[in-house]
Amino acid sequence: MNFDFSDDLKLLKDEARKFLEDKSQPAVVRRVLEGPDGYDKGLWAEMATMGWTGASIPEELGGVGMGALGLCVLAEEIGRSLAPVPFASTMYFAAEALMAGGSDAQKKAWLPKIAKGACIGTFALAEGPGKATPKRVRTTFRNGVLNGEKLPVPDGSAANIAIVVAQTDRGIGLVLADLSHAGVRRDHVETLDESRKQARLTFANVPGELLGAAGDGERLLATIEQRAAILMAFEQVGGAQRCLEMARDYALERYAFGRPIGSFQAIKHKLADVYVATELARSNAYYGAWALSKNAPQLALAAATARVAANEAFWLAAKENIQVHGGMGFTWAFDCHLYYRRAKVLAVANGSTRLWKERLVTELESANAPG
Amino acid sequence: MDFEDTKQEAEYRANARAFLNKNAKPRTGKGMLYRAAHATEDVLGEARDWQKKKHAAGFAGITWPKEWGGQGLSAINQVIYDQEEAQFSVPRGIYEIGLGMCIPTVCTWGTQAHRDRYAVTALEGKEVWCQLFSEPAGGSDLAALRTSAVRDGDDWVINGQKIWTSGAHYCQYGVIVTRSDFDAPKHKGLTYFFLDMSSPGVEIRGIKQISGASHFNEVFFNNVRIPDSQRLGKVGDGWKVSLTTLMNERFTIGGRAGVDVDEFLELARGIELEDGPALKNPTVRDKIADWYVASRGLKYSHFRTMTALSRGDTPGPESSIGKLVTGPKLQNMSAMALDVLEQGGVITDPEVAPMAALFHQTLMTSPSSRIAGGSDEIMRNIIAERVLGLPADVRVDKDVPFNKVPTGKGGT
Ligand SMILES: Cc1cc2nc3c(=O)[nH]c(=O)nc-3n(C[C@H](O)[C@H](O)[C@H](O)COP(=O)(O)OP(=O)(O)OC[C@H]3O[C@@H](n4cnc5c(N)ncnc54)[C@H](O)[C@@H]3O)c2cc1C
Repeated sequence: MNFDFSDDLKLLKDEARKFLEDKSQPAVVRRVLEGPDGYDKGLWAEMATMGWTGASIPEELGGVGMGALGLCVLAEEIGRSLAPVPFASTMYFAAEALMAGGSDAQKKAWLPKIAKGACIGTFALAEGPGKATPKRVRTTFRNGVLNGEKLPVPDGSAANIAIVVAQTDRGIGLVLADLSHAGVRRDHVETLDESRKQARLTFANVPGELLGAAGDGERLLATIEQRAAILMAFEQVGGAQRCLEMARDYALERYAFGRPIGSFQAIKHKLADVYVATELARSNAYYGAWALSKNAPQLALAAATARVAANEAFWLAAKENIQVHGGMGFTWAFDCHLYYRRAKVLAVANGSTRLWKERLVTELESANAPG
Repeated sequence: MDFEDTKQEAEYRANARAFLNKNAKPRTGKGMLYRAAHATEDVLGEARDWQKKKHAAGFAGITWPKEWGGQGLSAINQVIYDQEEAQFSVPRGIYEIGLGMCIPTVCTWGTQAHRDRYAVTALEGKEVWCQLFSEPAGGSDLAALRTSAVRDGDDWVINGQKIWTSGAHYCQYGVIVTRSDFDAPKHKGLTYFFLDMSSPGVEIRGIKQISGASHFNEVFFNNVRIPDSQRLGKVGDGWKVSLTTLMNERFTIGGRAGVDVDEFLELARGIELEDGPALKNPTVRDKIADWYVASRGLKYSHFRTMTALSRGDTPGPESSIGKLVTGPKLQNMSAMALDVLEQGGVITDPEVAPMAALFHQTLMTSPSSRIAGGSDEIMRNIIAERVLGLPADVRVDKDVPFNKVPTGKGGT
């Protein structure tokens, strides 16, 4: 039994934490949150220099070749620090989609650029409020061009390329589009978490290329959502863990009725519950990481389990962190709301808890997970 | 990252599996829970036979040092054996307390003569031990106990009452913590012994549980004499010795804790609701997902612990999450199971109730999982204090002579 990350990856994680504690302090997150920039360009460039944007990309395509596990440990630290960079869109979605469904030519065209930090990618699925099911997607890809509107698209204003989910003659397809084309219009759309900005993308006869074979879209979409769910779960676990620590530290510092609030059981037990939820989410994420790295047949179930656990843990940790901070927790000046915002945005970014619970039970109905 | 055993672990697993295949029946869907709660002579006899076989094959006392008559192997071997055993239907629940808590305390604090006399006999299943800790005045607050021990020549004379003593009615020996000094602060005046349960003056009365079974007892001590040679630790050091017992609380990471998602799926497949099979109902599905996530989260947490164990680390207070997650899950799952049976959910007749009333039994036994061995609230305190580093509860009984500590009415 070796259900843990290797020593090399733990080292990477330590380095990532130190780097982000220095370079992605709350002040940096706030600068993006409160300003016009879509992300922190300096931070993103440094991450690329360190090879983070190539972590999961094979060496022959310009990456570092650490595989999915490398991405998992980085994701956790990014989640912990709330780093205001388009890492999730680029790495968990665009790069994963290219690796899962791209042709050799498509991979060669874009993955080396992503690895170098010269290309930001994103994934465009939603078309406004409600679930964009394969049947309901209205954006089209016909005769080699995209038409329609995607909203919201994470990092949509910053991205160089997008993987766009669109109707084709054979069901939905995943379409790779270069967003520098004149037919692409981008409008910033206000969201809950402006530390990672999102946009409305409008496509008017924008040329694109299908990922994978015609008719393969639904399967590919499911795979990408599953892989991203696991990677994102690590971000969420990192965020939840940080909330727990913030709440714990404050509970030790803040006195009421002549004693630290952390000596009241209502606070102790609340934080014990947050600890339990975070540990369960972490362990489920680890199993997801294993399934991801082995491309195991259990991937679908592992992803749903990791996703549900992480959604719930981060949300619990973020809201109870505010609660433990009392009035201070409700101020703009304290950092609690940064996590509260991120928790909710991540919880709907790739399918809600409700949706993934349904997927989980559907998987259980067909087969019980071995092991 | 993998789940593979090392070569030695795989060999050990294969040996355990071979032993089990030869000597036990595989656990199948129904009737999977061995009813240790109803400890009839039959069950006790089977348990004794099983323990004897385990011992003969070298699967008892796996982690105990050789000087105690154990196998001298590591915790990972125990986990592997437990994982394998969990797939078989074998008698459980009779030796856990003795072998998991009592004998390790006797061996840690006693003499080599004690070890020679008691350890192997217990390991072979010939003698069963119980834990006489809780009292009407102290369960969570164990150190509030009042059973008195007074020195008289070479003996101690014990008077008082223990309660909730599992298995006292079939045990030959017990470990007991008593108060030898009522003027000392409460944790300082305790002394620890072991005793023969057939000593004159020991009276055992079964307590009927909410499930109807009588698994635990009241034990009364009326001038019971215990030789000083059966004292463990110094006079007044009973609390320290008790901690050895409590810390040895069996580390059951490979084992199975009752019904789980598989059993619920089996039930939900077969029951029709207003809109079709229960398994298709969105509310039911939502709950199934919750339980699955909790159950898998624990399982993978155990894998992480096993990884640490196989590197030689010792398990920390982190492992208390298991009990805290499983107890409420068992209770909620069985409640939901009865809900989907609608009006028929009241029927406990195993001939009529689905799955031989497995969920009904769980409904009535699960409250104890949230109380025994540290209540949910105590487990949360442990996590808050020992894992998160939050302050201990404010205490009004510290540094006060025991006989000046306020007491209430409940339980006493
Ligand atoms: C099935 C079963 C088997 C048992 N077997 C044995 C045995 O073999 N030997 C033995 O010695 N004992 C045994 N026990 C006793 C068990 O250890 C105690 O029941 C348990 O520790 C709780 O103590 P209590 O019953 O006195 O409840 P109390 O301590 O009175 O607790 C009542 C309630 O108060 C809460 N509470 C108490 N203290 C605190 C606190 N500090 N903070 C917050 N809440 C608190 C508890 O969580 C609980 O909800 C067994 C119990 C059960 C149910």
